[in-house]
Amino acid sequence: MSSVIRHRLFWPLVALALLLLVNLFKKPDFFAISVINGNLHGSLIDIALNGAPLMLVALGMTLVIATGGIDLSVGSVVAISGAIACFYISGQPDQNSLSAVLIAVALALAASLVLGAWNGVLVARFGIQPIIATLILLVAGRGIAQLITSGQIITINSAPYKIISGFWLGLPVVVPIAAVMVGFTALLTRRTALGLLVESVGGNAEASRLVGIRSATLKIMAYGFSALCAGIAGLMVSSNISAADGNSAGLWIELDAILAVVIGGTSLLGGRFYLGGTVIGALIIQSLTTTILTMGVPSQGTMVFKAVVVIIVCLLPVIRKVRSTRVEATS
Amino acid sequence: MTEPVLEMKGISKEFSGARALVGVDFRLFPGEIHALMGENGAGKSTLIKVLTGVYHPDAGQVTLDGEVVRITSPLQAQKAGISTVYQEVNLCTNLSVAENVFLGREPRRMGAIHWARMRSDAAQLVRRVGLELDVSAPLGSYPLAIQQLVAIVRAVAISAKVLILDEPTSSLDRSEVEQLFAVMRRLKEQGVAILFVTHFLEQVYEICDRVTILRNGALVGEHMVAELERKRLVQLMIGKALGELEELTEHIRPAVGKAMIRAEGLGRNGAIAPFNLDVHAGEVVGLAGLLGSGRTEVARLLFGADHADSGKVLIDGEPANLRTPNAAIERSIAFCSENRRAEGLVPELSVRENMILALQAARGWTRPLSTEKRDELVARYMKALDIRPSNPDLPVSSLSGGNQQKVLLARWLITQPRLLILDEPTRGIDIGAKTEIQKLVVELSEGGMAVLFISAELEEVLRLSHTIGVLRDRQLVSQIANAPEINADRIMEIIASGAPA
Repeated sequence: MSSVIRHRLFWPLVALALLLLVNLFKKPDFFAISVINGNLHGSLIDIALNGAPLMLVALGMTLVIATGGIDLSVGSVVAISGAIACFYISGQPDQNSLSAVLIAVALALAASLVLGAWNGVLVARFGIQPIIATLILLVAGRGIAQLITSGQIITINSAPYKIISGFWLGLPVVVPIAAVMVGFTALLTRRTALGLLVESVGGNAEASRLVGIRSATLKIMAYGFSALCAGIAGLMVSSNISAADGNSAGLWIELDAILAVVIGGTSLLGGRFYLGGTVIGALIIQSLTTTILTMGVPSQGTMVFKAVVVIIVCLLPVIRKVRSTRVEATS
Repeated sequence: MTEPVLEMKGISKEFSGARALVGVDFRLFPGEIHALMGENGAGKSTLIKVLTGVYHPDAGQVTLDGEVVRITSPLQAQKAGISTVYQEVNLCTNLSVAENVFLGREPRRMGAIHWARMRSDAAQLVRRVGLELDVSAPLGSYPLAIQQLVAIVRAVAISAKVLILDEPTSSLDRSEVEQLFAVMRRLKEQGVAILFVTHFLEQVYEICDRVTILRNGALVGEHMVAELERKRLVQLMIGKALGELEELTEHIRPAVGKAMIRAEGLGRNGAIAPFNLDVHAGEVVGLAGLLGSGRTEVARLLFGADHADSGKVLIDGEPANLRTPNAAIERSIAFCSENRRAEGLVPELSVRENMILALQAARGWTRPLSTEKRDELVARYMKALDIRPSNPDLPVSSLSGGNQQKVLLARWLITQPRLLILDEPTRGIDIGAKTEIQKLVVELSEGGMAVLFISAELEEVLRLSHTIGVLRDRQLVSQIANAPEINADRIMEIIASGAPA
């Protein structure tokens, strides 16, 4: 029993279960999944659908945080990626052309990679503190997205692009995309030595240097991967609304992503990272957003409510630890 | 004899069970320069921090000018007349010299700063220590040594009774040190009591009147410098009477052939003066010297951990550019840092992961070691080095110091280096692990590995080395072949006198 409690995913899973139970209590049909037009519908499906972009961003963020860094620019990359894709499609004579959509997707993802590499170079080659280096793109990125869309919301009407946020075999397409990315990342980091070397750099940078690890390359890769994930999330978001909104796409998603990573057990100081924990962390954050809606918390209070729950989630294991050490001390 | 201006009696200080100071007495007379000596961890900095109010002593009292004082904060220490100048200059380089001297105590007239008076007062203070400076120029426009002197001017201007100089010379060159000493002599004439902390023996004999020696947090003695032989001072610091050191000579074997690695005029400003050093295959070269004498710096240059700014390295007679650890590792050089925690272990990772890190880093991330290969290597080296507990999945931070050291050794041995640099591999580990590591060094060198062995313990260096390099004041002053007639006594003489063999 104690080994179950001590498992690092125990408390995040408890928090997730509690959130879902609260919803079930408020809304008895919360777990119900219905089939409409051959597609699955229901609150749980909504969580998965809306949580996929966050999960992707958090996935990339996990690797960046593991190197001892942080990526604040992901929200802006979400906006830029969506803006590029929609801008390209909107300029095509036939918005329903599959090849045009594929090119749009490739352009958006390539641009995301370049932005990530930019972050990585600032951090790894020029030694700028990660929080500052990525803050630059957090601020400038919104401007870039606005420039691409000329300050307007570009709306498109493209059936192939809509597939990204559509359904496949009854499931929302974003779910398998996110699942594949999680699986790919797990393989990439654990089947190669990437995970070990990243954890070493984040765990002790100077020791890693003296052992001959090329940490600059690893960091650039991590920031590039983070931006790529954000770029995919940007495609999902813009496909969902068939529009690019440079202003609000991906707004505050960096904070949710960082929270998801931390709730998942990865330390902000870097080192050991837990992809499974991040997935659960992202689900918790998304469930929380859904819960706030179910509970009917007035919209002005949502942020405060969210903050309170996050504090509780973060404190749960700490409180336990403090209590157990007190018990040890008195006995 | 005059009364001491400062007297500390029975000062004790404990940090969560570890005793940093045990009943230490210390006194300081007006108009004297008093050296505080001891190896790292002897309690020098704790004593100074008690004196400057950073720490509160658990026991003992401080008397200043015949009155018992309780120093509760650095600010209060300053007000009571105790000023400190640290190794790093704590001034604002963007402000002028005058502003720095008067920062926080600017002369005012009707609420506004009286600039003219500030400048003239500052100029006067600067002249008082024998300097000629434009006090309205920004401090940053002067070299580091002058900045340090300005820090002293400021300290003296605030309170002129007791001045503490905490390793002020460590980043200065010879002529700058002379300038500092000139200022110190002037202040001494003016009756200021100066407490001078330094690692450099030479400077103690050059400028100090009296010396207090600490070891392991306890007072060893207070002596007049003129009456204390250098050799005796070294003995007092490291705490071993020369007679106690046994002559231990085994596995002496002359090194022959071309040097595996040769340093020619390799040096780095402020770290180590240019030196020549050869290490042959199968040879153990030991480096001896006090802490801070430049032992580690030699190792770091040979490994590319620091950039050399002069000289070159030849490997098998071919010039090699060791600009980074990567370059050195590619040339089969391995380096176990003396600082296990900060520069060796990745504490969160498991024993297994820590052990394969160097090899994996060399292979790059795309070529992971296969599970079988990895487990086989880890099992072999855990057994060979007797690492306990023998569970490679434990976090390395849960192991004892000796076993952690073995993990780091294993990490490098797995890469099969040709030159193994060991910086204090036996420090802080228990006697059993220590002998095992010493035995291992002998075996490795017999197997043809070149070893550079650094240790503060002379016996160890004598026992293991074929050749001994002696360092003093950041200079490799002597290199001698180990022979039965070489003993710790002889090495200490060289450390104390600096005379080559």
